[in-house]
Amino acid sequence: MLDKNGIAKRIAKELQDGFYVNLGIGIPTLVANYIPTGINVVLQSENGLLGMGPFPFEGEEDADLINAGKQTITTLPGSSIFDSALSFGMIRSQKIDLTILGAMEVSEKGDIANWKIPGKMVKGMGGAMDLVASAKNIIVAMQHVNKAGESKLLPKCSLPLTGVNCIKKVVTELAVLDILPEGGFYLIERAPGVSVEYIKQATSGRLIAPENTPEMQLS
Amino acid sequence: MINKVVAGADEAIHDLKDGQTLMLGGFGLCGIPENCINALVRKGVKDLTCISNNAGVDDFGIGLLLQQRQVKKMISSYVGENAEFERQLLSGELEVELIPQGTLATRCLAAGYGMPAIFTPAGVGTEVAEGKETRNFNGKEYLMEYAFEADFAIVKAWKGDTAGNLIYKSTARNFNPVMATAGKITIAEVEELVEAGELDPDQIHTPGVYVHRIFQGMNYEKRIEQRTVRSKNP
Repeated sequence: MLDKNGIAKRIAKELQDGFYVNLGIGIPTLVANYIPTGINVVLQSENGLLGMGPFPFEGEEDADLINAGKQTITTLPGSSIFDSALSFGMIRSQKIDLTILGAMEVSEKGDIANWKIPGKMVKGMGGAMDLVASAKNIIVAMQHVNKAGESKLLPKCSLPLTGVNCIKKVVTELAVLDILPEGGFYLIERAPGVSVEYIKQATSGRLIAPENTPEMQLS
Repeated sequence: MINKVVAGADEAIHDLKDGQTLMLGGFGLCGIPENCINALVRKGVKDLTCISNNAGVDDFGIGLLLQQRQVKKMISSYVGENAEFERQLLSGELEVELIPQGTLATRCLAAGYGMPAIFTPAGVGTEVAEGKETRNFNGKEYLMEYAFEADFAIVKAWKGDTAGNLIYKSTARNFNPVMATAGKITIAEVEELVEAGELDPDQIHTPGVYVHRIFQGMNYEKRIEQRTVRSKNP
């Protein structure tokens, strides 16, 4: 079973040289720590920055330079800064190659819910609805089951949707799964030490799970 | 050149009335018009509709207006950092319209570009789409979203000149330029106000034609929401 960093590390293997990538808040942010050697990617922060650099050295924080998670960051050689409209312009026009974001629920049809729990939590969708509606390639980083042990990979989302029929790949603490165009989760890889049977138990949506599914290689 | 300069925040908002619609620039607490928000609290105007990406934190930014119950309705994309906001929302005291961030930005842009509406795929198939007109272009579904109408747009820039031209700094730019174009009256507060002619015309982000009132801001706190750093000695 993977921890959050393990999920981020596995997702980082999906990065390709030359990609422009938008990382959501939470586990997706950690992906930046595991970009493989020799792969150059440009990170977009939707508040208006391409070429997000690491956190500043202590004492060098600049209140005017933050990422979409409101964290202080730095720029890199080649960075650019723009307004919020242009930021979503490049998202809608598919100039961003890959979007990685978190989710509360994903359905076997590729629907995603991650912005609202009616009557309980209303934080808002931020840029997530724009990203999932337009991105050509979306990977969801999420926990396979909730704290009560219930699957978050469902036949149909129970929470208000963020987008429909848009998610193609999910990476959880247990597995890597593709969502098939005709619907259904297809098991691609198992997390180290996790059996196919265990993944079946943890997935309530339709799952196609070949018995010989390989274990993921993280190094 | 037309001189747009006013003495300060109180003069800039002197004719802002109860029940009006305001745009407030900024992302989180970054690039927010601190002086004007403080002036709005002093003036005590109420029943405001605020269009702003976020709602500040409990004791800073738009959170100050929420504390005084001056806001009737918020139109935002993300309000996760403000407990008082969430409390007023869940109790029904505050009306809230949550909309996708790109839709928010582009509805401002449309207003400034003189376009009545936009088509965006964001929110198709979700509750954001309820009651909205949709159109199919090249096999993909889009929502029609209207340009905003705001009585005032209040923005913060880094430098500005007496003619109202503005330059923003770093990611404090965010929503400020698109909102600056979108107000019936646009107010800009700046960290450094200079004479017309001192800014390079090639470097202007917001042309002065969009700005009606400008003033030299003061005492910027520039609070950091998430101070994240790395050590020099790893």
